[in-house]
Amino acid sequence: MQATPLGATVREFRDRSGPSFVRIDVLLLAAVLGLTACSFYTIGEATRDDFAGSPHHFLYRQIVFAAIGLCLMLVISRLDYTRLRDWKAQIYAVLIGGIVLVFAFSAVTNGSGRAIELGFFELQFSELGKILLILALSAVIVDRVRQIGDRRTTAIVMLLALIPALLVISQDLGSGMVYISIALVILFVAGTPWTHFAALGALAATAVAIVLIGAPALGVEVLQPYQQDRLTAFLSPSEDPGKASYQQLQSQVAIGAGGKTGRGDQATQTKLDFLPEHHTDFIFSVVGEEFGFMGAALVLSLFALLIWRTLRILTMAKDLFGTLIVAGVLAMLMHQIFINVGMTIGIMPITGITLPLMSYGGSSVIATFIALGLLQSVHAHARETAFAKGRDLAI
Amino acid sequence: MYLDPGDRPSLTPQLAMRVAILGGIALLAFAFVFFRLWYLQVLSGDTYRAEANDNRIRQIKVQAPRGEIVDRDGRVLVENRVALAVKVSPKLLPDSEAERREVYARLARVLDMRPRGIERRVEKQLRELPYAMATVKQDVDYDVVAYLLEHRADFPGVEPERVFVRQYPQGETGAHLFGYSREISQEQLDSGRFPDATMGDIVGKDGIEAQYDRFLRGRNGATRVQVDALGRVRGEQLKAWAPEQGRQLRLALDLDVQEAGQAALTGRLGGFVAMDVDSGEVVGLGSAPSFDPNFFSRPFTAAEYKALESEEAGKPLLNRAIQGNYPAGSTFKLVTATAALEGGLIGTGDVVNDGGSIRIGDIDFINAGRTVNGPVDLRRALSVSSDVYFYLLGQEADSSGDGLLIQRWAHKLGIGRETGIDLPNEQIGRVPTPEWRNDWYERGLTKERWTVGHNVNFSIGQGDLLTNPLQMAIAYATIANGGKVVKPHLGLRIEDSTGRVLQELATPPARRVDVAPEYRQAILDGLYSAANEPGGTSTPVFETFPVEIAGKTGTAETPQGDQSWYVALAPYPNPRYVVAATIERGGFGAETAAPAVRQILTALLDVDDDGEVLAGTAQD
Repeated sequence: MQATPLGATVREFRDRSGPSFVRIDVLLLAAVLGLTACSFYTIGEATRDDFAGSPHHFLYRQIVFAAIGLCLMLVISRLDYTRLRDWKAQIYAVLIGGIVLVFAFSAVTNGSGRAIELGFFELQFSELGKILLILALSAVIVDRVRQIGDRRTTAIVMLLALIPALLVISQDLGSGMVYISIALVILFVAGTPWTHFAALGALAATAVAIVLIGAPALGVEVLQPYQQDRLTAFLSPSEDPGKASYQQLQSQVAIGAGGKTGRGDQATQTKLDFLPEHHTDFIFSVVGEEFGFMGAALVLSLFALLIWRTLRILTMAKDLFGTLIVAGVLAMLMHQIFINVGMTIGIMPITGITLPLMSYGGSSVIATFIALGLLQSVHAHARETAFAKGRDLAI
Repeated sequence: MYLDPGDRPSLTPQLAMRVAILGGIALLAFAFVFFRLWYLQVLSGDTYRAEANDNRIRQIKVQAPRGEIVDRDGRVLVENRVALAVKVSPKLLPDSEAERREVYARLARVLDMRPRGIERRVEKQLRELPYAMATVKQDVDYDVVAYLLEHRADFPGVEPERVFVRQYPQGETGAHLFGYSREISQEQLDSGRFPDATMGDIVGKDGIEAQYDRFLRGRNGATRVQVDALGRVRGEQLKAWAPEQGRQLRLALDLDVQEAGQAALTGRLGGFVAMDVDSGEVVGLGSAPSFDPNFFSRPFTAAEYKALESEEAGKPLLNRAIQGNYPAGSTFKLVTATAALEGGLIGTGDVVNDGGSIRIGDIDFINAGRTVNGPVDLRRALSVSSDVYFYLLGQEADSSGDGLLIQRWAHKLGIGRETGIDLPNEQIGRVPTPEWRNDWYERGLTKERWTVGHNVNFSIGQGDLLTNPLQMAIAYATIANGGKVVKPHLGLRIEDSTGRVLQELATPPARRVDVAPEYRQAILDGLYSAANEPGGTSTPVFETFPVEIAGKTGTAETPQGDQSWYVALAPYPNPRYVVAATIERGGFGAETAAPAVRQILTALLDVDDDGEVLAGTAQD
């Protein structure tokens, strides 16, 4: 069955079962709204003293980002995702083009190579790129699903993922790693044989060895020194405030100091700037310090709910394309949640990655909401199909 | 595998398994994160909270001024003044060398110094005390400090500070006594000698400052403030303790005597001591040349310091009164006389014919200046300083008993051993023995083994004997006071800043020696005669002095030339003070040392001395 045109589906459905938003996953939406609320509260608390004279600067901006994201999510959840399969080439082209454009743009403006200044906010294209990659890779695999056991399929998918991933890694290690996770999980869910993963693992180990040991020995630094520093910092915490490991140490102190119920206004690690980037990458440390184990557990529970609902939608999807899109989103969410939380509690390296829905930042928030919109779209269409079949049977 | 890629996939066993694996990974990861959070927040929460507090609370030390040092009449010898200093904190300096250099360059313009000089000074201090603040410049104008405070961002790590600096209003007077104080070193902290000192404290490093550090050092105050990650103070002060000034130390020193002594030695190389014969209180002790101790209160260069130790400048830092190593010349005859009388070698009335020279072994020992004194008893021998008389005693002592009679008495009277004065680094000198000389001979340090000739030379304080004015003063005081070997001391008592006595610094005599009263009297008579009667070696110097004294000249032959000595007991017949002085290359005792002692006695006894101070010409 080919993808049903959006209009037809909606029309068909409206006749049978009332307003279509009922068919979105309500628990997923609840988790998202809960996390967004936590994000507002935490950012509001953490950044009150950051901007002299404008205590709500970051909070207000985050509310605007979330509002835009929420609207986008609701719109996308009502669109028919299956159509996107036909545009895979264009999507992939936008992905590569966008990354290159950011490079070119920042080369001209002397920027960091990660973002384009858009007046109101900085567009971090690599965040949006994750969604584009999920869609493109899913579509490619769906086309080659009969050759899923073929080594070439795995190679093509990995190649398609590695090109943007490496481009991103050159500027932003953390985001680039997400790209690779996405590709691996999509392949995994599509049914790629275990032997392929074993081979990929061996290749990866070789590549890491070359990057970290071989190339520096030959005088070629593949990773920036600060990136290496960050990757190895969690192994040896240091007192040197200039070092990445210092941030990790301070983050751990902040979370530990939070205790069972948090320090609220006495959260000195956050308020006195011992905790760097406390509204972006280290927002979980702020939750830990200000609201304690209770607060951290609440946020983690909401994330657990989010992951559970995502896994459930994965099994419900009405077609393989939907399954793989959800798999990609799952990979993105899990990767970011565990790496980010892990780095704040000292069990993962610092790679500069945002905590979905919690961290301050327009690109991250909006990209996450788009991904969630896709989840809801897959969910809605799955329910719709099941409903239709059930009804057909009933007649 | 799905037959139609577009169809709704049924949940194949393979997909179910893989979803289960992903779910399992998520579950494990959540479990792990929860476990870690439980560990961090619930189990170790208190530890981390303490660490967070440690982070934010900074204690800023407020330096306590050291106690003042005053003379016996309360005149200030050492006090404090407040200075503004520019310091750098190694912790807050930029990490990169290039950026540090830029800071130094900017600082150099403001402080009117050379950037390279600042760098060297800072690095040197950081090598010595790696975590303490390094002083760039002291005594900076308030305008400069204000500028630095206004432009903090341009001077990371640079901190102006108010410091207490030691000030010596008497200049060179007493310079050798006070020593100096400095920031405590790591070694001192580790040594355990400063149990209540912490990093950055100012402690006494030498002299009186070191000796009485535990009284002089105040208790530092502190303010506790909350700081942010960049070390900026945030919020109000949390707690404060006011600093407490150190105790005031009153010395036995009499500023007038000290001034007189140093004036008397001006332009010379030498040392002097004026001491109470009964208590050992040191009322004057000095060395020439002197220096301005204010020098040590400001940062100085290695070259400047070297100059203070140089031979050409006369080693101004050397305290010749306790660190000089000189033969004592005829002033030592007091010791030989005591030994001979107590050892039964001679009686007080026994007469020896002094023919001007005496042959012992195959060497002719002659009187200084080839004088012939004729028949002399002990009193006359001391008065005219007959060498032959004492040569004979030296010869006799060498051959009777173990031959160490004079050596033992020298030791008893405090020669060649520590005096125990409350100043660090005194030199003990040397009382020569056959054992010592033969050992040196074995080791190739001298060409001669011990012979009777060495004891003969020793008996008149020449040759191998090494001592200093303080040891000689103690020996004379012991004969004068009836056998008490006093422990010389400068410290008198500890007081609060208003002068209220908190603690007397009692210094009991080190030990007693038994000298028969008639022997003591005979010796004192001889010393009186030497300063008062016709023919006495110092009579020309003291006959016009308003107070009667007893005293002995000495002329020690050293490779550098004749060393002039004089030791006086005053007033006579009940001496209260002993004054000893020595002058390198000063000629005969009566030429330079005796007039210097007269000047000191004038101040000490507070007499109007308008008599002309005549240099004696007696060749001894």
